[in-house]
Amino acid sequence: MRRLLATLIACLSCQAWAAGSDYQLTPVAIAEGVYSFIGELADFNPSNGGNIVNTGFIVGTEGVVVIDTGPSRRYGEQMRTAIARITPKPIALVINTHHHPDHFLGNQAFADAPIGALAETGKGIASEGDAFAENLFRMTGDWMSGTEVKAPDQVLLAGPLKAGGRSLILLALKGHTDADLAVFDEDSATLFAGDLVFNLRAPTTPHANIAQWKDALRDLDRFMKDHRVRVLVPGHGPIARDALPIAWTRDWLTWLDKSLRESAAEGLDMNETLTRPLPDAYRDIPVSGSEYRRSVGHLFPAAEASSLQHSH
Amino acid sequence: MIKLASTLACAILLITAATTPVLAAERATDPLDSPRWSDMEKGILSGAPYVFDARVRVEAPATAENPLNVPITIDATALADVKEILVFADFNPILEILRFYPDAAPAYIGFRVKLQQSTPVRAAVRTGDGVWHVGGTLVNTVGGGCTAPSMGSTSSEWQKRLNEVTTRTWNEGPMSGRLRMRIIHPMDTGLIAGIPPFHLESVVLSDEAGRPLARLEVSQPVSENPVFTLSRGSNAGALHARGRDNNGNTFNVRIPQ
Repeated sequence: MRRLLATLIACLSCQAWAAGSDYQLTPVAIAEGVYSFIGELADFNPSNGGNIVNTGFIVGTEGVVVIDTGPSRRYGEQMRTAIARITPKPIALVINTHHHPDHFLGNQAFADAPIGALAETGKGIASEGDAFAENLFRMTGDWMSGTEVKAPDQVLLAGPLKAGGRSLILLALKGHTDADLAVFDEDSATLFAGDLVFNLRAPTTPHANIAQWKDALRDLDRFMKDHRVRVLVPGHGPIARDALPIAWTRDWLTWLDKSLRESAAEGLDMNETLTRPLPDAYRDIPVSGSEYRRSVGHLFPAAEASSLQHSH
Repeated sequence: MIKLASTLACAILLITAATTPVLAAERATDPLDSPRWSDMEKGILSGAPYVFDARVRVEAPATAENPLNVPITIDATALADVKEILVFADFNPILEILRFYPDAAPAYIGFRVKLQQSTPVRAAVRTGDGVWHVGGTLVNTVGGGCTAPSMGSTSSEWQKRLNEVTTRTWNEGPMSGRLRMRIIHPMDTGLIAGIPPFHLESVVLSDEAGRPLARLEVSQPVSENPVFTLSRGSNAGALHARGRDNNGNTFNVRIPQ
């Protein structure tokens, strides 16, 4: 009887565990040997466990290249399990596109593989990683248990790179953060754009420099044409077979920048700027209201400062 | 005699407070239901008569994205004869944020503040009869705003630009009468080991003739490089702003209309 009870309790807690910890990661084949895990169009919350991001992997002749590792150790582990169902090949290289938490906190699951990123990304993870992880714990809860910062151990540079038997081209850009890496797979003509490109999901701006970001989008646009990119994987939002997500991201940033400058020039303060309505085109975009308000916090002080004049 | 008179005035006020039913009823419950209210009442308001008053509007985002820069707007223009506005946050390690004396200006002020944790942010508005009218709002925040070093303390840029003032006034349109003023200052709280408190202490806004329109006493929780939004009301002409920090550094600027 006691044993039955114990089994019952074990089952119940087992079910509770399953409900709150399975990201249900399903690899979507997006090109020959290229897969992506598509995240929710939402903010970090306790029901999605931080799975709001697009990650991916490329299967080469010798091994697998992993692009971003998700928001938690658990995500990384489940991602690795899902990869193993597709191929028995070893992990040749893990790439972190930039230093935001949903892109690298799964690194622990790949601790036995080389993990590479741009130099500035490595520095950002080392200095801000713990604070990011703490914040994600607060926002998603138990999904994060066991997650610790595992910083990249390889510095990646712009240019061609052979990994796992695939030929990649790395693009070192900036604007979403101080270091944003885009990864192009030559064989499949797939471009993983990281968070330089959002698609029908409001962009995030905690470390953004909008002028640099728009320059990066111009470079990506040109790259798409020059290399006949067939598949574009944005950091957040649906995968595309054209360059429209680049234009979409550029339009959002242009609107945001203009709107904040206008607001400052009209004399509005931050509270008044926060309550300005979004244009019709953005009202139904997922998380547009909350991302706009976050962006006001990040970017309005600078817009405001440049609207004021020196007094003597 | 003067002392006796003021004691009498106090007594009369207290009697009024005790016998006016509205006052007594409103005083009974804190609309924000803060466990710290009784401490605020004793410490910040020093036991003076007060009412919770919806005419004191305190605006802030319900959830503040950045605890170092939480925008606060206080509008007490619905009250007559405002002498002083005292802004404070129940759960901040430094409770007092600023005191605003709108001598000849509307009782309206906007600025940003550092919050250490989720807290009520309140404005107590003292009218000519000596009663504090209390309004407030709850702000949820990640926290850490008061114990994170200022950007200024980690760079030398502010040393070159300390007390540099930029301003702008709006003389027509929906924002007519508005003045915005930004002052470069690290506003160090003193809560971080090795960084002593270093903050703007007073700002006085006056008209061309030197008549004070508004005075501010600023405490450490006001955000780095403070930006103040004020209303000049019907006061035309150029203005002067002068200020001083707790280390004796000063500024004195003319703000053209």
